[in-house]
Formats: sequence, structure tokens, C-alpha cells
Amino acid sequence: MTLLGLLCVVLVADLFVDDEHRNVTYWLSMASLAITMWVLFSTAPMERTVLFSGAYVSDALSQAMKIAVVGFVAVAFVYARDYLRANDLHKGEYYVLGMFGLLGMMIMISANSMLSMYLGLETLALSQYALVAFDRNNANSSEAAMKYFVLGAIASGALLYGISWVYGVTGTLEFSTMAANIAANPDMNGLSLWFGLAFLIVGIAFKFGAVPFHMWLPDVYEGARSPVTLYIASAPKIAALALLLRILVDGLGDLHAVWADMIMVLAVLSLLVGNVVAIAQTNIKRMLGYSTIAHVGFILLAVFCGTVKGNAAALFYTLTYIVATAGAFGIVILLSRRGYEAERLSDFKGLNARSPWLALMMMFMMLSLAGIPPLVGFFGKLNVIDAVLSSGYTGLAVLMVLASVVGAYYYLRVIWYMYFDAAEDQAVLQASADTRVVLGLNAMAVLGLGLVPGWLWALCTRVLG
Amino acid sequence: MIGLQHYLVVSAMLFVLSIAGIMLNRRNLILMLMCIELMLLAVNFNFVAFSRHLGDDTGQVFVFFILTVAAAEAAIGLAILVTLFRNRRTIDVREMNEMKG
Repeated sequence: MTLLGLLCVVLVADLFVDDEHRNVTYWLSMASLAITMWVLFSTAPMERTVLFSGAYVSDALSQAMKIAVVGFVAVAFVYARDYLRANDLHKGEYYVLGMFGLLGMMIMISANSMLSMYLGLETLALSQYALVAFDRNNANSSEAAMKYFVLGAIASGALLYGISWVYGVTGTLEFSTMAANIAANPDMNGLSLWFGLAFLIVGIAFKFGAVPFHMWLPDVYEGARSPVTLYIASAPKIAALALLLRILVDGLGDLHAVWADMIMVLAVLSLLVGNVVAIAQTNIKRMLGYSTIAHVGFILLAVFCGTVKGNAAALFYTLTYIVATAGAFGIVILLSRRGYEAERLSDFKGLNARSPWLALMMMFMMLSLAGIPPLVGFFGKLNVIDAVLSSGYTGLAVLMVLASVVGAYYYLRVIWYMYFDAAEDQAVLQASADTRVVLGLNAMAVLGLGLVPGWLWALCTRVLG
Repeated sequence: MIGLQHYLVVSAMLFVLSIAGIMLNRRNLILMLMCIELMLLAVNFNFVAFSRHLGDDTGQVFVFFILTVAAAEAAIGLAILVTLFRNRRTIDVREMNEMKG
């Protein structure tokens, strides 16, 4: 952790040195990520350690989530580089802001008190606002950034208001002490605490993009440049899951009966609205935005169960869904070229004739997002449905299956366009070798994890057990 | 005698006022930024009141962090506002509708 902070400082210092050699920044960022990853692997403490007078916790869950987050940020950087260079956006800001966001995510993942959680959340959110507005001559980017900023700030405000009430009732900001205090004094579990809890859930739902609070998400996905969308769509979802698990499960686990109902309403609305509205989209980034909302419904329903199995299913789902989404946005980035953003669905027409390899990769990603059996998305959905069923909510499980069927339509439509329609655009597609390798690995992960999902599921169960 | 409840009521009023300001204001983005600041101040009020009531200092420490973050947030918000104005020549909320669907 401290190491990451140091590396960010090195990176900032480096920005003053080079003008034309932006690749130096890229490779330095990648090196920093590699070192962080190495430190994470080598220090892996499997027992729970609480540091900084209760503000910071390091356990198996935080270790697993951090490794995933660092990995996804690195993948985003690889996909982004060529695009940024082609569009005269290859400035150090993308990498520096990306790494500061990463720092925020890692603080959130390891937070053991409301204070560190809030600070991590804001580090992440402020970097993201700046990243969305990163292409400063693009009117849509600025508009998306403004919407994101205003709604994000309201979300932080609601979250803070909730935190202040929870603090007032339980008398502590630390999650473990909070859980102990509530268990010791059952009369704390009353109206004032529920009032605070409702505001906390509003804040969390905003950060996730769950339905009544999802307005920012499609606009930000569409308005931001594709590499920024890729960044926002991938690693921060893991941090949002950490926010949910740390606050609701670690801190307020005794109130499960109260928050479960609120989470369920959010999740069901997300499933319905996300899937239905995605069908009407003609912009692929916007479509993937609405599909994200639908996937958030699955993640929330898994946490709603309140069992270890449910939480593990949520982690598994988040990880596998991000692998496929990162690949899909990677392909959107690859299809774009100087001054042209391949973001309309019709840009995918006839992709098979232009580049069979890219079409195959995209097919893997889409089938995984739709939840078709050999790919990993299927097991993500299966685990969530299994967890919901074993908690005894048959109706919800049926709803999830139906929502997946509706969702399959718009993913399969992309595949139809790629394979059975004539291309409108004949520009030559090119990608550098490292992007191809990472994209190939990404597709391999989607397929390979689908063929042998057992170890990842075992890992998810172990870190949450 | 002014007790905890009075502080909480004032802070709740400020909070509702800031939300209403954001929802009802359909003209100027700068007003929106001011409402966001007001919202954070309402939260600070709550924290200080609870902290005093509980005799626990961590709430006041939290207030300092919120003040710092609010400053950073205002800086980023205004920076985004400047880029938006340069691109659109307006900061009218009603004009923020280029993207739909």
C-alpha cells in the first residue's frame, strides 16, 4: 500500500521530465503495477491483521480483491495505450489518475472504519471525475463529467449523512467495534440506526449504479472516451463490492433483516430496467452501461442472501463479469481509430469479414456476458441463482432466469451483426502485438475459467469464509 | 436548554434544503455546487453534535477530513465547469441533454 503511494509520487515527478517520450510514463506505470502485484503476492497474510489503530485491515479477502484490482487496471492501461496515442491524448494524466484511483480502490478494499472507507471512496471518485473530463475539448465528455460529478457528490453526501447517524447511534466508526456494540446493545437496533442505514444504502446504490440511482451510468459510459469507460467499468466495481461487504456485512451484519429488503428492491429494479432498456440502445457503450446495471442486480441479489455462499457468489460474479466487460471494451477501443469512435452497434456489422479473430474474441465476451454455458458468465449466474435458491427465494431465482433470457437478446444481436451482416466500414484494423496478446489472454480467461471454474469458486468461498 | 435533538433538526433542515436546491434548481450549475457544499456542511454539523453528545473525538476528526475533501471536490467541480463552459458556452442545467436514451 505505502509502496503504491511512493510509486505514484515517482510517477508524478517523472511527468515533469519528459515531453515527447510518453511511453516512459506508460512503462513506468506498468512497472509500478508489477511491483505492487509482486508485493501483494509476497506479503499475502492469510490471517486477519488490523493496522493503523483500527483504520486498516488486511485479510484474505482484501488480498484477493487487491490482486484483482491491480490486474484489471494493468489490462485497462494496455488496451488504452494505442488508442490514446492515435487520438493525441497520450498524456501522463490517464495513467497517473488511473493509479490514484487504484490507490483509492485499495484503501476502500482494506478499510476497517468509516473514515478510511470514505477517504478511499473520494480518492477513487475524484480521479474518476477527472478521467471522464480528460478529453477536455470534447463537449460530451465534459457534460458526462459534470453529471457524474454532481450525482457522485450527492451520493457521497447521502453516504456521509448515513455514516453520521450510524456513528451517533453506535458511538464508533470502526466496523468490528460497531458490530460488537450492536450485538451487545440490542436497543441500538432501532429507528435512528435504520434511518442512517437507509442513507448508507442510497450512497452505496449510487456508487454501484443500481436502479433508482443509475442515471449517471449510461451517460458516463457514453460520454467518456472508450479507455476511460473501460477503466470505470472494470476495477471500481470490485471496490464497490468491497464497500458493500465491509459496511453492510462486517459493520452492520446484525441488521441483515432490515437492509436485505432494501437491497432486494434495488436489485429487482436493476434487473428489470437494465435488461429492458439495453434492448433499445444503438450505442454499444450505452448498451454495455445498461447491461452493467442488470449485472449489478445479480451482484446485489447475491449479497441479499446474507450467507457466506451468497457473498462468495457476489465476488465470483463481479470478477468474472469484469473479465468479460474489460474484453468487450478492449475490442471497442481496438475498432476505433484516429478521430473515429467505433461506438455504434452498426460498427460491428461484418466484423467477421474484416477480422475473424476480433469477431471471435467479441463473440466470447458477449456469450459470457449473456451467460451461455461453456463460458464463465454462466457459472457466475449459476452460483448466484444457487445461493438465492438455497436461501429459499424461488421467485427471485425465476425472475433472474427470465431476466437473463431477455438479456441474451441484445448480446446475441451483436454476434448476429458481426457474422451475418455486411460491413459498412472497410477501414483496416490494426493492433499492436501486446494488445493482441492481452486480448487473447482475456478471451482465454473467459473460456478457461468457464471450463474449470472450480478453483476460483473455491478461492471466493475461502476468502469470505 | 438546547439539546442534541435541536442540532440534529437544524442539520436535517440544512440537508433537505441542499437536496431541494439541487433538485429544484434548473438553471445554474454554480448554484448546484453550492448546494453540494451545503450538504457536506450539514453532515459536519451532525458529526460535531454527535461527537459532543458521545464525548468521543473521532467524529470531530472526521469533520476535518470532510472539510479537506470538500475543498478538493470543489476544485474538481469548478475545473469540470470551466471545461464545460469552454465547450458549450453555457452552464445552464437545462442545456445538459446532449446524451439520451
